[in-house]
Amino acid sequence: MTSKEKSWKEISPAGVCWKASTQFLTGDWKTYKPIRDLEKCTRCLLCVLFCPDGAIRWKPEKGDIEFDYNFCKGCGICANECPAKAIEMKLE
Amino acid sequence: MKSVVKQEVLALNGDEAVAYAAKQSDVDVVAAYPITPQTIIVERFSEYVANGEVETEFVCTESEHSALTACLAASVTGARAFTASASAGLALMHEMLFVTSGCRAPVVMAIANRALSAPLNIHGDHSDTMTERDSGWIQIYVENAQEAYDSVIQAFRIAENTDVLLPVIVGLDGFTLSHTLENVHVLADDVVKKFVGTRKFVNVVNHEGKTVPFKLDPDNPTSMGPIALPNYYFEFKRQQEEAMKNALKIIPQVNREYSEISGRNYGDGLVDPYYVEDAEIAIVCLGSTAGTVKAVVDEMRADGVKAGLLRIRTFRPLPVEKIVNTLKNAKAVAVMDRSMSFGGEGGPVFHEVRHALYDTDKHPHIVNYIYGLGGRDTSPMQIRKIYEDLQKILRTKHVETRVQYLGLRE
Repeated sequence: MTSKEKSWKEISPAGVCWKASTQFLTGDWKTYKPIRDLEKCTRCLLCVLFCPDGAIRWKPEKGDIEFDYNFCKGCGICANECPAKAIEMKLE
Repeated sequence: MKSVVKQEVLALNGDEAVAYAAKQSDVDVVAAYPITPQTIIVERFSEYVANGEVETEFVCTESEHSALTACLAASVTGARAFTASASAGLALMHEMLFVTSGCRAPVVMAIANRALSAPLNIHGDHSDTMTERDSGWIQIYVENAQEAYDSVIQAFRIAENTDVLLPVIVGLDGFTLSHTLENVHVLADDVVKKFVGTRKFVNVVNHEGKTVPFKLDPDNPTSMGPIALPNYYFEFKRQQEEAMKNALKIIPQVNREYSEISGRNYGDGLVDPYYVEDAEIAIVCLGSTAGTVKAVVDEMRADGVKAGLLRIRTFRPLPVEKIVNTLKNAKAVAVMDRSMSFGGEGGPVFHEVRHALYDTDKHPHIVNYIYGLGGRDTSPMQIRKIYEDLQKILRTKHVETRVQYLGLRE
């Protein structure tokens, strides 16, 4: 908890969200972080499809994928599904 | 106090009185599932719907869990919602009771208080609502059918007050009140409609940073009751406690305002004292038993005994200060519990009254009587026996048995 968080007198009742869900960063939930081996990765994009949080995105301008660590919760599904074994889960 | 408006006298049992009050309170949605001894409430209400006497949406659900869920859903959109239940039905709602209070949905629910199985028993006691004591609902226990009618009308005003926004249970003793015919004075439809008014909404800041009314509305989207992690859950619970504290102020206001129209008030709405100001020996109880106790107090007073009664009308929020002030002259107090807290050394009302009196200078002797479980009748003779026990405690300055069972075969 940080001192920036609001007191009970400052928040709306019943858990009404005062920010959009994309503004609540959940990436700090993870214990293991997926690290990609750029040499082994074939850009097949299976990890993009499998990521339950939509935290892996195809960036057409780069012609590559990108992990969004602000939302990746470290479940390891990408590493498990990767046919090239290009993703390793490393302890944060 | 005299009524300022014309009132009709109807022969109604407690359940019918509740249904009649709900009918007049301009309720938008009733979702319910039948259970004895509450069934008459929703049965009568469904007749009002069928006869076109109300414009209420009546939802027959497949369980009590769904009934309360439907009421909650209606309530968070800004509708006025009402339901009724008892015993196992209320127990099945347990999860949703917390969701309803947590969403700050001002649902009103009548409970025809009934015992819980096993063994199966359909008769009156307070086991069902006492089990839900900590679910965040306001709890009002009524003494007679008249009060059941009056309290349901008041309950909407209390629940929907923007400083409160908490659901309210109005508890009436199963069969003793729910199925017993009384002369009930009812207000005119327009008088009640004006008294309950329409719902008002506080403003909240939504996820887009816009200030919007606190209700689910497609034009002004908000999300209510989503996940709150360890960094915020606690703060929301603290808000509910504050709402309960506010209710301690709002309930007497509503009681007063209602009495100005109807000529009827129930103490200050929180506690209803009877000859307790100067009482040396006092009984504390909830619900219909108070009627029996009052008759015994009259007899004892006629004999020159300083006996009194404190009926706790509002059990949640607990009016601690009122209890302390009202019992300030009592030297021996007997608290009557119509439910058990197994292994808890006495019933829940006893625990709370004793807790309230802990910080006072003069600690009265305080004892507990568990009574009337599963609908067992409680006679004036038994109440008199309690007062005699208290007189003995005063004489001997000694409590022999702290917790006793009234009318139990030993």
